[in-house]
Amino acid sequence: MSILDCTAVELSKRIKAGEYTAVEAMTAVFERIAEKEEEYHCYITADKESALKRAEETQKKIEAGEITGPLAGVPAAVKDNLCTKGVLTSCASRILSNFVPSYSATAVENLEKAGAVMVGKTNMDEFAMGSTTETSYYGVTKNPVNPGHVPGGSSGGSAAAVALGECFMALGSDTGGSIRQPASYCGVVGLKPTYGMVSRYGLVAYGSSLDQIGPLTKNVADAAYLLEAVASYDEKDSTSMKEAERDFTGALTEDVTGMRIGIPRDYFGEGLDAEVKTAVLTAAETFKKAGAVVEEFDLGMVEYAIPAYYTIATAEASSNLERFDGIKYGYRTEEFEGLHNMYKKTRSEGFGEEVKRRIMLGSFVLSSGYYDAYYLKALRTKALIRKAFDEAFAKYDLILGPVAPSTAPKLGESLSDPLKMYLGDIYTISVNLAGLPGISVPCGKDGNGLPIGMQLIGDCFTEKKLIRAAYTYERASVGAPVPV
Amino acid sequence: MANVIDDAAIEYIGILAKLELSEEEKEAAKKDMGRMLDHIDQLNELDTSGVEPMSHVLPMRNVFREDVVTNGDGREDVLFNAPEQKEDMFVVPKTFE
Amino acid sequence: MSKNYETVIGLEVHVELATKTKIFCGCSTAFGGEPNSHTCPVCTGMPGSLPVLNKQVLEYAIAVGLATNCEITRDAKFDRKNYFYPDNPQNYQISQLYLPICRNGKVEIETKGGKKFVGIHEIHMEEDAGKLIHDEWEDCSLVDYNRSGVPLIEIVSEPDMRNAEEVIAYLETLRMLIQYLGASDCKLQEGSMRADVNLSVREVGAEKFGTRTEMKNLNSFRAIMHAIENERERQIDLLEEGKAVVQETRRWDDNKGYSYAMRSKEDAQDYRYFPDPDLMPVHVSDEMLEEIRAKQPEFRPEKIERYKREFDIPEYDIGIITETKHMADLFEETTALCGQPKKVSNWLMGETLRLLKERNADAEDIRFSPKNLAKLISLVDSKAITGPVAKEVFEKMFEEDIDPEVYVEEQGLKTVNDEGALRTAVEKVLVENPQSVADYKGGKQKAIGFLVGQTMKAMKGKADPELVNRMLKEMLQ
Repeated sequence: MSILDCTAVELSKRIKAGEYTAVEAMTAVFERIAEKEEEYHCYITADKESALKRAEETQKKIEAGEITGPLAGVPAAVKDNLCTKGVLTSCASRILSNFVPSYSATAVENLEKAGAVMVGKTNMDEFAMGSTTETSYYGVTKNPVNPGHVPGGSSGGSAAAVALGECFMALGSDTGGSIRQPASYCGVVGLKPTYGMVSRYGLVAYGSSLDQIGPLTKNVADAAYLLEAVASYDEKDSTSMKEAERDFTGALTEDVTGMRIGIPRDYFGEGLDAEVKTAVLTAAETFKKAGAVVEEFDLGMVEYAIPAYYTIATAEASSNLERFDGIKYGYRTEEFEGLHNMYKKTRSEGFGEEVKRRIMLGSFVLSSGYYDAYYLKALRTKALIRKAFDEAFAKYDLILGPVAPSTAPKLGESLSDPLKMYLGDIYTISVNLAGLPGISVPCGKDGNGLPIGMQLIGDCFTEKKLIRAAYTYERASVGAPVPV
Repeated sequence: MANVIDDAAIEYIGILAKLELSEEEKEAAKKDMGRMLDHIDQLNELDTSGVEPMSHVLPMRNVFREDVVTNGDGREDVLFNAPEQKEDMFVVPKTFE
Repeated sequence: MSKNYETVIGLEVHVELATKTKIFCGCSTAFGGEPNSHTCPVCTGMPGSLPVLNKQVLEYAIAVGLATNCEITRDAKFDRKNYFYPDNPQNYQISQLYLPICRNGKVEIETKGGKKFVGIHEIHMEEDAGKLIHDEWEDCSLVDYNRSGVPLIEIVSEPDMRNAEEVIAYLETLRMLIQYLGASDCKLQEGSMRADVNLSVREVGAEKFGTRTEMKNLNSFRAIMHAIENERERQIDLLEEGKAVVQETRRWDDNKGYSYAMRSKEDAQDYRYFPDPDLMPVHVSDEMLEEIRAKQPEFRPEKIERYKREFDIPEYDIGIITETKHMADLFEETTALCGQPKKVSNWLMGETLRLLKERNADAEDIRFSPKNLAKLISLVDSKAITGPVAKEVFEKMFEEDIDPEVYVEEQGLKTVNDEGALRTAVEKVLVENPQSVADYKGGKQKAIGFLVGQTMKAMKGKADPELVNRMLKEMLQ
């Protein structure tokens, strides 16, 4: 068994037992990067020398007994929209292609405190706007199972890096499915926590009311440990939930007896690929066998999630991205005449097509005369979506469904028709609108060998139920990596 | 397509969002925005009368900090990424006439 | 002018709150400091940074709202106002549009025309912008974010004022209230209070308001008065010529004495306000409101009435003393210590005002403590020091808040009332001033005053003048 076959938790155990060192783990990761990166391109920044130096420092601390946690010494990748002190944080955009923050995101600080060692910064859709990791200024990332396909997005670099062994675990961010969908396409586990669970301080905002940071890992146990490491109440984030329970690893038990799992009929209608449908319904059978009560129900509001989401997310994005103006940091156009021309040229040259498309839409729905009709209408719709979930969680502990309507599409197929691409987010975005936690767990493969993921959705702050069910399923299903 | 985005609208949004599009981009933007707005118009099927707009999903209120100075001189960090600076200030195109 | 016109004025007053830190981060609000030295990722709009509300800002805003008879919004929110300008690092300002913290208030003002109420439409909290400095040499501007994120409240009046005098009275009333609350020092010149004037004209008797303009950059009462007169005339001229007033924002140039429109194709004035998703709503509970209400000070009108009842001092003095809460507190605390309101008032009205004027300072700048002023008064009462010495000690106390008892002791300023110690000086004066001695003996009673003065001078003011007088008379017998 190669060191790279270890899960994160397993690796850390072996490092602490003296079987491996953090430096050996990092070296193995960089060997894999040297081998795979040219083809798959998971990273924007992966500097071997500094990563090894960090690994050495951590190894010393482990040996000195200063770091003892369950993730001590584990090489971890960080999505490039999380600020990292002294390390380029580009959001895969030209406009931040030279931005080096003087501070780290709280989640990154927590990751380091837990003893994990940063490998580098992963590729993503520009400013997390996209579902394929094809809108990056730094080029596309390819699907680890079949490089002719996309890895999903926007955390495509993080998902692919985990799947390829270019790291042992990774952080991503999820605004409308950006952790869960690439996890599903790449065959790894991805967890989007409840809004307010992980501090957003230092996460470059896309849709502030929807963004959450979460783990992408090889299995459910790693996801629980990584989430436990990064989740914290943070006084620097007003939307951070103080009272939330944040001990997730206690939920790693195989027990779904009596757990009520609802399957929304509206998630299995037109547009869902037959193979995906079969795989998810097979997973439902597994839950039944394990003792859960599984039944179908009508969730409702499903078709309204996408229009509401693209109104709210683009409106917030149009405002969040105003700060990129060529004055304080980042790219500034070379030649200009006066202030406003400088703004326009900088932003038009600095942002890619998809980002501009969303900024335009977001500016429009907030503009004079349209605010009520579009923005407020979307916020009212959001309230109704939340209500639909509240009603569902009155009956069920969890909701089970697909992550995406199909497996990973071919490279270059999605961007030509943005609306069609947006429609692919149908099962993930309502979770963000309602602030709920959701987890994507591999549940099979399609005829071409591409991974299929199922999604479990929980009520706010019920990550433990989510983890318990996902863990139980993972242990029960064939071919899943066996955690320690 | 029910929503027609014309040149004037694109021009206006360009002023608001500080974006300058090429002719080709403008044509694409007109088409894309029109289609997206048509899609968003589906929301009109919903009766939302009496529904409060929900900006926050969490039932949290009154998140405060105490009035205590916690930051020191942040000059060096703040100016570190400046495209152009002079005398510890950010240089911008002239703003006064 | 063929018709009679009425001027209709409403004010938007920005007040910088006297908090230690900025509204959304822990940076200092202190004036001065090197450019950009009071900054952090939050107040410079760094990617990933997030705002957290300073509780004191909310408390001050509510306190001002209560003082101006506003309804306090129990569930308030912050909104983003989106516009690009370099002094605004995020290119949106966090402000309040939809649910401002206070609404529907009023304040009473008094002018020569009598008393009237000016309505307060709303008060909202927001962040200040940075400072833009024009670089003369390189034809560019420079941005300093030290002021970026300093808390402001904007007090929006109803269009209830009709002339410059009312505007000034309204501003003075607001200033007094806010200073009394300690929520701001409200200095127009230094920009801690800024007023934008919304003005329109209409024919007398007309029901509808005319089209208004908004005037910015008014840095003194004089500029406000001048700008109001100028804008009123400009609008009337337009109407007389059959032209329309354009609704616009204008900038006042005080040196040139005229205003110009601030218009640009790039300035759409469409701010796309929406609730800031980074900030949670504010809920003002009954307890919070009561706590703030309980801390409200006694404001000037009530204070004046009480002083009239409690203290036997001139009404004019009461007016001056109550102009600032600091002065009034000083008066009351000193009086409580020494029990002599008249004497305390005399020190404040006389020497204190004189020294403040001489040093071009405000009452807020007074540094001496009530305890020390009370000690000084009792030193004079007990004749331990003379009037001239007391003035000298006071000046020292005004500068450095010294303890007068200690100072008098250390400097040897105590009045000499020992005949033995004075005899030598008196004798010397008699020898040196034979003419005055002769005059006195010749019946000129007045000459004794000169001799007393000479003795006092010789004693550097430290002698008991009554004793000197008696001794002189005895020795001239």
